[in-house]
Amino acid sequence: MAHAHSVKRHKGLMDWLTTVDHKKIAILYLLAGGLFFGIGGIEALLIRVQLAKPMNDFVTAQQFNELITMHGTTMIFLGVMPVIFALMNAVIPLQIGARDVAFPFLNALGFWTFLFGGLLLNLSWIMGGAPDAGWTSYTPLSSTTYSLTHGVDFYTIGLQIAGLGTLIGGINFLATIITMRAPGMSYMRMPMFTWTTFVTSAMILFAFPAITVGLVLLTFDRILGANFFNVEAGGNPVLWQHIFWIFGHPEVYILILPAFGVISEVVSTFSRKRLFGYSSMVFATILIAFLGFMVWAHHMFTTGMGPVANALFSIATMLIAVPTGIKIFNWLFTMWGGQITFNTANLFASGFIPTFVMGGVTGVMLASAPADYQYHDTYFVVAHFHYVIVGGLVLGLFAGLHYWWPKMFGRMLNEKLGKWEFWTFIIGFHLTFFVQHFLGLIGMQRRVFTYLPNQGFDLMNLVSTVGAFLMGVGVIIFLVNIAISFKKPVGLPDDPWGDGRTLEWSIPSPPPEYNFKQTPLVRGIDALWKEKVAGHTEMTPAEPVGPIHMPSPTILPFLMSVGLFIAGLGFMFTSDDFGNSFLNFIFSNYIVTGIGLAITLGSMLLRSLFDDHGWHIEPEELNNKGVKA
Amino acid sequence: MMKPWKAVKRLLPLFVGLSLLLSACGREDLSVLRPQGPVAEGQLGLIKLAITIMVAVMLIVFGIAAYVWVKFRRKPGQNEIPKQVEGNFKLEVIWTAIPLVLVIILGVFTVQKVFAFGENYSSDKNAVKVKVTSHLFWWEFSYPDYGVTTAQDLIIPTGKKIALELKTADVLHSFWVPSLAGKTDTNTDGTINNAWFEASKEGVYLGKCAELCGPSHAFMEFKVKAVNQESFDNWVAAMKAPAVLPEEPAVAEVFKTQCLSCHAVGDQGLPVGPNLTGIGSREAIAGILLNAEGEGRPEDGKPIRDNLVDWLKDPQGVKPGNKMPAPKEDLGLTDTEIEAIADYLADYKLTY
Amino acid sequence: MTNPHVQHASGDLPHEPEKATLEGRNKVLAFWLFLGGEAVLFGTLFATFLTLRNQIADGPSASELFSLPMTAAATFILLVSSLTSVFAIQAMHRGNKKNLQGWLAVTVLLGLAFLILEIYEFYEYIVHEDYGMTTSAFSSAFYTLVGFHGAHVLFGILWISILIGQLSKKGLTVVTAPKVYVSAMYWHFIDVVWVFIFTVVYLLGKVVG
Repeated sequence: MAHAHSVKRHKGLMDWLTTVDHKKIAILYLLAGGLFFGIGGIEALLIRVQLAKPMNDFVTAQQFNELITMHGTTMIFLGVMPVIFALMNAVIPLQIGARDVAFPFLNALGFWTFLFGGLLLNLSWIMGGAPDAGWTSYTPLSSTTYSLTHGVDFYTIGLQIAGLGTLIGGINFLATIITMRAPGMSYMRMPMFTWTTFVTSAMILFAFPAITVGLVLLTFDRILGANFFNVEAGGNPVLWQHIFWIFGHPEVYILILPAFGVISEVVSTFSRKRLFGYSSMVFATILIAFLGFMVWAHHMFTTGMGPVANALFSIATMLIAVPTGIKIFNWLFTMWGGQITFNTANLFASGFIPTFVMGGVTGVMLASAPADYQYHDTYFVVAHFHYVIVGGLVLGLFAGLHYWWPKMFGRMLNEKLGKWEFWTFIIGFHLTFFVQHFLGLIGMQRRVFTYLPNQGFDLMNLVSTVGAFLMGVGVIIFLVNIAISFKKPVGLPDDPWGDGRTLEWSIPSPPPEYNFKQTPLVRGIDALWKEKVAGHTEMTPAEPVGPIHMPSPTILPFLMSVGLFIAGLGFMFTSDDFGNSFLNFIFSNYIVTGIGLAITLGSMLLRSLFDDHGWHIEPEELNNKGVKA
Repeated sequence: MMKPWKAVKRLLPLFVGLSLLLSACGREDLSVLRPQGPVAEGQLGLIKLAITIMVAVMLIVFGIAAYVWVKFRRKPGQNEIPKQVEGNFKLEVIWTAIPLVLVIILGVFTVQKVFAFGENYSSDKNAVKVKVTSHLFWWEFSYPDYGVTTAQDLIIPTGKKIALELKTADVLHSFWVPSLAGKTDTNTDGTINNAWFEASKEGVYLGKCAELCGPSHAFMEFKVKAVNQESFDNWVAAMKAPAVLPEEPAVAEVFKTQCLSCHAVGDQGLPVGPNLTGIGSREAIAGILLNAEGEGRPEDGKPIRDNLVDWLKDPQGVKPGNKMPAPKEDLGLTDTEIEAIADYLADYKLTY
Repeated sequence: MTNPHVQHASGDLPHEPEKATLEGRNKVLAFWLFLGGEAVLFGTLFATFLTLRNQIADGPSASELFSLPMTAAATFILLVSSLTSVFAIQAMHRGNKKNLQGWLAVTVLLGLAFLILEIYEFYEYIVHEDYGMTTSAFSSAFYTLVGFHGAHVLFGILWISILIGQLSKKGLTVVTAPKVYVSAMYWHFIDVVWVFIFTVVYLLGKVVG
């Protein structure tokens, strides 16, 4: 039996580079997500400054197109996705009573590939120009004929690498939830956030390979001179739109479903009531995911698919309103008859409900194809998807972060500042985006770098810009709140809210690296609440105290991602002239790409050859530290 | 009797409210909310139906939410455990069934309109056929039945169906005249689209490109000018008249060698850039420099000659990323020549 | 959690060693999920190919280009390799390491033969027909779909070869067994994909044109 700690425990930076602990990976995701969210937010503010008045020349037309492209791409792929993954990582193993995810190594790999993909994409700003064809990168605008810089290459290859990380994460959470649940936790006893994570992961698994192929095709067109979207040689630009949206529409449900999960947890906890209509919530989540794959072409009503296709996709899209409505009413009736506490987490969750409903109803309006001929590609659409993604997802993420912050860091966030955050953010949000519905309806198309005066657009654009800055203030208050919380010492009870219902609140805050000293026995939905009601103070263990097997830290995921980063960069510049014969030689002969791939494949080989047997935490050690009486 | 200032005080809020409401509806020639033809009217009808349903839904949700938030706040000292409700079958059926019914209502009207607007009138004898070709960053309109090609201003007769065949010469664009009809994308060869619309009354309507197409996407504007049938016929005749060239031979020479290598006037020149026949009667130069002589919004514009000079002296400054060579830097025209050409073009008007 | 070492030390291997540990079961499950994603990946590539298969521009059409006898031979070789990988797993379930390694080696050799045929085919097109990635939309779609599959075969060959070596060094244990098992799953998957490629690309191209 492998004993003792033959394993090297790293300290400082090395600890973070080599960690495979889901709780630390959650923090890494949060940091990286926060970084990219900040970059995307600054891009948003620059966009709003440019649009504050007509015929403004704060940025040039080209810079503006780069800003909108990077704002969209960054926020979707690099801003909100990792924060979702941060919450999943921080919470899912705890909610299902597991000591870690199914594949700790893959978990780390998923994070590092995401990070290096994101860094690669953002490098474009300092390496000749960011992508400028919109986050949808429609061809032929994104082809080398019309987008002359390497911007779109950074987009295709950066997203390819980041997307790989997301796919790995998705598979990992699926496997984790299928196999790692504590004894007694049947599928229909899983907390709602676990359910939505499960469904989201399944959607990731089936949606991301489509964009992988799309990005490969576009990369081949741009770098190898292939003709997928080149009309002269028989290519078809509309094909890109289909592939993009077959991924793109499920992607928006991938984003929003975890927020639904967060809201379900927060509303239920702070109403001190179990979730109303749990089974119908599960059913609605699965139905939304299923329909989410059937409606991609509603982004293409004006592409010219013909009336039959437009009619079918209209109806299919409208149907999504039904399961979504079920969710809204279930939340309202969870609160009905409860005892609601409006702390920051619950304020964000409560603010979510009406805001998301507004985004939802405009979604149904957009689903009607003939009306969409008018809304399409106008500020009405911009308003709609910001209501859903910011008013829905981002409010949900704020709610989740405030709710689980004590669990993740062992410190409370300040409630007073939290309320300031909420009100500045939500008022700023509605100021920014409510007027945009009308801007669209009175004739302002989206993605315009400026507009002529006297079209009736001026005042509403100014209001929108003011609102955007107010949202910025809200985010800054949140950062201040975080900074203040880290001045406080660590030390909170297991269940700092007092009304925790699920397993994560049955262990210390922050949890020890092995999470559960003994795997808990789950006896119903809301496992901890059930024990509390039965008069118990803690969970009944399902196993005796014994040595706990832990995976070893490893630098390989980091190295594999660095390899992909190098390979991607090398591939992009294969046909460039650097004015230096050595550089030209190593790039044009795929040597740089080869080195990168060699690092990645070599790391994979090492991982296969040297099995990780992990290490153990012995029972004596469990009793000495980290466990409260 | 009220004192006058009191009446003003009372009426002011009403006045402000009304003008706000009107401004929220936008300009008559630009807004989706103020349709000027049957297609846009039908689309607005659907929008209104959807808004009505959605406002009702929102009021119900907001009402329940407000009630719950006020009524079920946790009061100080409230420590008993609230009743843990698993669900309520009846309620859940209700809020599944009602949205379904609402969706079906909206769905029926949607399907009906999808097919109505998807009609192809290109073989209808009474329709005016127009081939729309979008370019970076301008619009080409050709009338196959009349053998006429123009650019930027789409002249149409009122009360007639306009049957469009839309395609692009480069990247994807989207044809949008908010007050007359929703968008149709202009795709590459192989996926050419058809659409139709109609203007009920005479006027100049603003059109825009609605698909990101590059730096000057924002400036890829055009106008639809609806005139009566007689004027339209006159316009076609004027367009077919022999080209008018600059009177002064030196200017004519420069115009022929430098401008007509891409542009066309009447029967002369090449169709690479926008057709310039009768450019003096157009609403704008380069789509965005509005002309004071125009009929749409003359108060926003500058004299056409000044617009032409501005454009010809610095095309990239006016419309970044456009494909026209700079007359001065790239083609070697002098300021005098540019101004002479601007004079000529400003005077090249069509009467119709 | 089961410690893989404990079972290995005790000597006798369970009947299905790949599923003996939680790690092993997780690996097999996750690999099924991964193959689900791969199915979407190839599905999208197939859809692309079907959209563009008649867009030959100035290049030759499918029926002018393809030679069925050679691809049929390649198909036969790959199908047989799937069978030999089944034999390998059966040997593993019997606990017969030598047999397992032998069948894996045969699988690798057949895979190699397939790959050589494919490289030869590409070489013929590119060098003798001057038919490359840039010729037409059809050629781009063809090389990308078939090339993606070929890259998968290459990866499988390398992977299984490494596993043969690992078996020699580490023996057949509850740690190595799941690795062998998922590599066999992978091999079956790329075999199934090839059957679709043979049908959709070659047969359809030759027969329908």
